[in-house]
Amino acid sequence: MLEKLRVPRLGGADLYDWDELVQEDRVHRLIYTDPAIFSLEMTNIFGAVWVYLGHESQIPANNDYITVRLGLRPLILLRDSQGKIRALFNRCTHRGTTLCRKDRGSARIFTCPYHGWSYLNTGKLRAVPWPDGYACDFNDPKYNVAQVARVDSYRGFIFATLNPDAPSLLDYLGAITKPIDEWLDRQPKGQIRVCEANRLKYKGNWKLAYDNSGDGYHVVFSHRSLLEMENRQADVANKGMSYYKNSPDTAPMYIAYMGNGHHFKDKRPNIQKRAGGLWAVEGPAPGSEHYAEALRRRLGSQAEEILDLASSEPVNINVFPNFSLLGNHIQVFEPISVDETDVTWYGTAVVDEDGALRGAVDEINALRMRTQEQFPNFGEVDDLANFEEIQRGLACQEDEWIYMHRGLGIPGRVKTDANGIITAPATDEVFMREYIKEWKRLMKATPKLVVQREP
Amino acid sequence: MQIAHDPTISSYYVTEELYRELVENFTNWQREELAIAAAEERDRFRLLIEREARLLDELRFDEWLAMYAPECIYWVPGTPAGGDPRREIAILFDDRRRMEDRIYRLRTGYAWSQAPKSRTVRMISNVEVFAAKDSAARMARSNFLISEFRVDGTRFLSGWCGHRFVQRADRWVIQVRQVNLIDCDRNLRNPSIII
Repeated sequence: MLEKLRVPRLGGADLYDWDELVQEDRVHRLIYTDPAIFSLEMTNIFGAVWVYLGHESQIPANNDYITVRLGLRPLILLRDSQGKIRALFNRCTHRGTTLCRKDRGSARIFTCPYHGWSYLNTGKLRAVPWPDGYACDFNDPKYNVAQVARVDSYRGFIFATLNPDAPSLLDYLGAITKPIDEWLDRQPKGQIRVCEANRLKYKGNWKLAYDNSGDGYHVVFSHRSLLEMENRQADVANKGMSYYKNSPDTAPMYIAYMGNGHHFKDKRPNIQKRAGGLWAVEGPAPGSEHYAEALRRRLGSQAEEILDLASSEPVNINVFPNFSLLGNHIQVFEPISVDETDVTWYGTAVVDEDGALRGAVDEINALRMRTQEQFPNFGEVDDLANFEEIQRGLACQEDEWIYMHRGLGIPGRVKTDANGIITAPATDEVFMREYIKEWKRLMKATPKLVVQREP
Repeated sequence: MQIAHDPTISSYYVTEELYRELVENFTNWQREELAIAAAEERDRFRLLIEREARLLDELRFDEWLAMYAPECIYWVPGTPAGGDPRREIAILFDDRRRMEDRIYRLRTGYAWSQAPKSRTVRMISNVEVFAAKDSAARMARSNFLISEFRVDGTRFLSGWCGHRFVQRADRWVIQVRQVNLIDCDRNLRNPSIII
């Protein structure tokens, strides 16, 4: 049964003249600073499009759950007793109390700590204490926990939307599924396991992180300390993202806008196409020499492609509005308020059920954990400091505009193929201009969001 | 002890054996029967931990590094029980070379998360010293409170440290330091100082 959310609010079309706020070459500071716009984003973006919630490996067995957020809504993402993946609102139907306060666990039943109402993990009301004090019929579905009607996975990545009119998840992802497939398929059987996270936070609007996710222009400036650090002992300064130095726009990498707000920065063409090519440019990590030499002694030349699995995959696959695959991380952006955002870098480990890695899976994962810790520690912290300084700079109310026009108006620089995919040199801001157009379209709309309850 | 490879330029000592020993050793050492009561011995390690805190507050990183064994680990778990760093990522798990990387980066002048630099003071308390189960090492547990001022305010980081000290020649050096933040599994704002 579906029911309409009846939350009185100002429609997007009425709040601002969105075409004035989002122009061809620039956007207004208000889109990062106005609490009313943020509030509207929680419905028009973080309710109306498919939003990433978690990975299936975080809830591997029936009755497993994790607690997550959909925009600001607390959710319990779980596999019910029959194995169906559900996203329950973490909210007792009685008084609104959150039902579950743990990050993860296993439960068939959620019992509200406040008055003892209990629910099956399907969301169905199981029992209320002393029911003879009620005249109502508790079989009425309105007492079952609200849940997100549309929850779907793409190869283990779980997304959800409250919008019955949204396209299917597959249609929403569209062309970005190809880089996602390639990212997965470099692991044995295309499998990964989420293994904890580097959890960061910044005092700034969430879009500053999404603006950055495909940005090839900031790298040598914002990450100068990282680039100097990881090449400090190299004979040839080719470690990590060194290919950005000198002339990044003539390097073979590129940025591609892939529709629906998604974009993809592909740096793989910068890397030698050979087994071990990626490992050759991986910066130093704890255990690098020990593990590399042990694997080469044991496996000879077959060690090289296994070592590539411990190396950071040079892609930024960004799915609007909150999901990125970067290196080997799953990066998730979670807005908290107009000027506060959680950025969580979930680590991933290789899974090897068939022995394709010739017994090296534990070693390669031990190394892969250490390579993954590098960027959040030595790169991301500097980006986040810069995002915070943007937010501070935007307090200048009279200086209204933020520019995203790199590459705009240069003949032949931006190319659109037959499928509508737009490609440009790696430092181009075309992906920002395109995704923010999609953002504008969504903010103008009046989506009818719904929740579902078990019948 | 003979070191075959210079741990400041290559990493050969971070092995399965090191991980296994660390995970086993760091889960089962705070035991009453291993606690050391002698005030003089407890004081020796308390002074070392206080000195480390002062050196970090004063950004005297070379002297800080010199308090560590050549083959050492600086480890900040991302899960309250410490976890297994072979199978999960930590907030950080640095060997000697990465500790030096960390300092090198802070000194480039381009580490924007530390430009301007944080000012910190660290309080150390509740120092307890334990004998190691199978070696002459000493384990110390201490609580810390770091007050960190940067740009727009002061915040507090707190938790407890597990230090493993080993004797090299005539002095005790830090072989492993595990820093357990009370909010290690929550999103942290700008964790760019050496904790």
